[in-house]
Amino acid sequence: MSDPSTASIVSTPGAHPTDSAAPATAGQPQSNEKPRGLLADAWRDLRRKPLFWISATLIVLFLLMAAFPALFAPGGDPETGALSRSLNKPSAEGWFGYDVQGRDVYARVIYGARASIQVAVLSVLGTLLIGGTMGIISGYRGGWVDALLSRIADVFFGLPFVLGAIVILTTFNGSGSGNSKNKIMGLVTASLIVLSWPVVMRLMRSSVLSTKEADYIVAARALGAGTGRIILKHLLPNCLAPLLVYGTIMVGSFIGAEATLSFLGVGLKSPVVSWGIMISDGQQFVRVAPGLVFFPAAFLVTAVLSFVMLGEAVREALDPKLR
Amino acid sequence: MSDILVSEQSASGPGGSGRPSGRLLEVDDLRVEFRTRDGVAKVINGVTYHVDAGETLAVLGESGSGKSVTAQTIMGILDTPPGFVTGGQVRFHGKDMLRMSDEERRRIRGEGIAMIFQDALSALNPVFTVGFQIAEQFRVRRGMGRAEAKKRAIDMLDQVKIPNAKGRFNNYPHQFSGGMRQRAMIAMSLALDPEVLIADEPTTALDVTVQAQIMDLLAELQRERQMGMILITHDLGVVADVADRIAVMYAGRIVEEADVYDLYAKPAHPYTMGLIESIPRLDEKGQQLRTIKGLPPNLMNIPPGCPFNPRCPMAQPVCRETIPPLLQVGNARASACHFAEELVNRV
Amino acid sequence: MSENILEVRDLVKHYPVTQGVVFKKTVGQVKAVDGVSFGLRAGETLGVVGESGCGKSTLARVLMNLEKPTEGSVVYKGQDISTLSGGALRRLRRQIQLVMQDPYTSLNPRMTVGDLLGEPFEIHPEVAPKGSRRAKVRELLDLVGLNPEHINRYPHQFSGGQRQRIGIARALALEQLQGEFGLSYVFIAHDLSVVRHLSDRVAVMYLGKIVEIGTEDEIYERPTHPYTQALLSAVPVPDPTQRNNKTIIRLTGDVPSPISPPSGCRFRTRCWKAQDVCAEQVPLLEIRQGSDHPSACHFAEKREIVATHEV
Repeated sequence: MSDPSTASIVSTPGAHPTDSAAPATAGQPQSNEKPRGLLADAWRDLRRKPLFWISATLIVLFLLMAAFPALFAPGGDPETGALSRSLNKPSAEGWFGYDVQGRDVYARVIYGARASIQVAVLSVLGTLLIGGTMGIISGYRGGWVDALLSRIADVFFGLPFVLGAIVILTTFNGSGSGNSKNKIMGLVTASLIVLSWPVVMRLMRSSVLSTKEADYIVAARALGAGTGRIILKHLLPNCLAPLLVYGTIMVGSFIGAEATLSFLGVGLKSPVVSWGIMISDGQQFVRVAPGLVFFPAAFLVTAVLSFVMLGEAVREALDPKLR
Repeated sequence: MSDILVSEQSASGPGGSGRPSGRLLEVDDLRVEFRTRDGVAKVINGVTYHVDAGETLAVLGESGSGKSVTAQTIMGILDTPPGFVTGGQVRFHGKDMLRMSDEERRRIRGEGIAMIFQDALSALNPVFTVGFQIAEQFRVRRGMGRAEAKKRAIDMLDQVKIPNAKGRFNNYPHQFSGGMRQRAMIAMSLALDPEVLIADEPTTALDVTVQAQIMDLLAELQRERQMGMILITHDLGVVADVADRIAVMYAGRIVEEADVYDLYAKPAHPYTMGLIESIPRLDEKGQQLRTIKGLPPNLMNIPPGCPFNPRCPMAQPVCRETIPPLLQVGNARASACHFAEELVNRV
Repeated sequence: MSENILEVRDLVKHYPVTQGVVFKKTVGQVKAVDGVSFGLRAGETLGVVGESGCGKSTLARVLMNLEKPTEGSVVYKGQDISTLSGGALRRLRRQIQLVMQDPYTSLNPRMTVGDLLGEPFEIHPEVAPKGSRRAKVRELLDLVGLNPEHINRYPHQFSGGQRQRIGIARALALEQLQGEFGLSYVFIAHDLSVVRHLSDRVAVMYLGKIVEIGTEDEIYERPTHPYTQALLSAVPVPDPTQRNNKTIIRLTGDVPSPISPPSGCRFRTRCWKAQDVCAEQVPLLEIRQGSDHPSACHFAEKREIVATHEV
């Protein structure tokens, strides 16, 4: 209260409707303002942010692309090509040109969105869910539960990411195994989750540990609040911010990780199309046909940026002090 | 001592009146705004106050009233961006500091004006010993040798009544208790013998018995050294014992300035009145807990007229239209209220 | 007053200080609460006052059965609270309300004032039916002098004093039970002036022990323990005319470490009255000559610090 930091001075005009709009009546109790919660307030705040709208629009676009690729590339075929068009430059028919096997790069980029985004988003959700839950349990319960979960996490944390993924994927998805497209995607997602949850758990555990000692948690418990209420109403909203930020960064790194695994031959394989596969295939021809790398990379960067921006906007909206 | 300096006073800049005076430190019609993504917050809207050698001015206000930003502007430690000085002057010995070179300002910092903060733990560097941090000042700014600087630093620790100063010289900040750290910070800020000391909520984070010790110490040092002291606080209780004059700030303006006795006896602004009434008093029984209704205004959208009018129990239509200027009422006091005369003359 | 609903007997709470990561070795004990006894009556508000590190927060946690005591017992209506669970524990926590004064840490920063004040009703839905809660919240805000319009504001938008009132309003939410069930309050605070306005009885703590306990008048008008006297004298009086005619007691030094508190009386290292006996004998909290209420000082003696006047 002593330091009028920018956060406390600069509150948004929208948050003070009564002070500015009705100075004549302020001071008298008015009963027309509906009570709102943190989520409703966050939504009110988000709606006014251009950053949120830009990133949300882009993400919706990517999600649509993943769900209905045919809408974006009508008549495009990502899988078959004519060798006669091999490495053709961008033109009216093939906007992004053709790859070495004569396949339409534009159609492939559009169809690649599905695998890339699906794997990345599902892995991030899974990682946050598992890591977050484990973090809450071990931070809140403490004692031997914490010790056990933390040691398990340490074991997984100790596995080098690439090596671990190779081991898992060659076991279940070795060359010659006739896994279906969905099964491979599932395996890649699972191995990303298995190798990444300890980070999220540590993050969550440490914020739970620092938050659970707060007086307001003690006050709520003394009031008779149950464990569920304390976790959902008090712990989670105060611990979520670092998780959200990390989650959005993870989306990007998982798209990259998926590409790495594909490149190593243990992840997604042709004929499945993903941005990662396209980038790793294209990099051999980067001098003759830079478009092969540039276009999928541009989509990838845009997708990653949108998620990061969205995460940033949501984090700010969830913190009343920044409003 | 200030006579010579006053004659050197430069021509007045825009915003400030620039009239020469013998004041030690003057803030003259200072205006500061914070430019952020969400808009412009007018944090300081024409603040004028001064402090002379040997006197203590308390600057009182709620958070967001601009009391700390004014101090940061005086010290030249305002974060820019988002903070921008848009008008006014800060004169030290009659010379406008806002128009000085960085080099000149740096020289004033520490030697002319020093500042202590609320949070001593974060104001002291955790990786150096307390003694080293004080001695460092003597070595860098006074060019002393290692041994002499150490001697002076121990002497400073002694002056702020840190027991066993010699033994404590090699301790790190975290090995000090809250009160001791505050003392160490005071020692550090007084090392270069400043003429003005700005104390920004120096005791807010401390327990009452420690708070009392630190306030005593500050008052004593101020008297001994005949410093001008600006005491920034939100606590009317703390300043009653040590302040000579009090300036009350609200929404980036001074709303009342008066001698400490006058202010408590008969506040000339409804805001001051509300502040005094809402202190829970130890020596009074059966009193209801009172509070000023409402919240300070949003500084991006200050209501027209008197900024206090939405919370003011005596607001009239004129208060919603015209900003009351800070005018002299009676003897040596000023109030920015349309009804200041009535308040002062009431029985 | 009615009989005690809560009996605290020789309560001790020590936290081990450990060294090492894998093989933890206990190198000492933080004696956060070290032998505290008192009774809480139905319908009464007990203020527990002390400076940081005196053990008041730990005491509160043990009272609410949020932590198990190392030794001693807390008996609620004839039953040791460590044996309570489920419904009985909920009844205890409803009947004895804990109010923490620190306005900066005791309010969840991510809940609106409406949520904060509505929470007691959500946890104890029988107090107010769902439809009436919003009106109740506004009523509470009004009661403590806050604007009911600010129901959607967050704690950080209020000043320290206002936040304190939000905390008080929260505790008052269940107040209608006070008459009905004899609801009691334990008010944990460092600010002696706020406590005076809210408490029936006040306990002053220093280094894990209660040094003096009594009614509001006994503590504020007739304090007999030197620490209480010093504490009262340190509270700033917002009246410059009192500058020169009030009692000033200034303690020197710091509070000793609760890991190795001084022998005998724990306050002796900072006490101006200390004699040899203070280092040898632990003064018991009892009514003594020169004191009309329990005081843990060998030399308990009445001394008026603040001149109280009725308003």
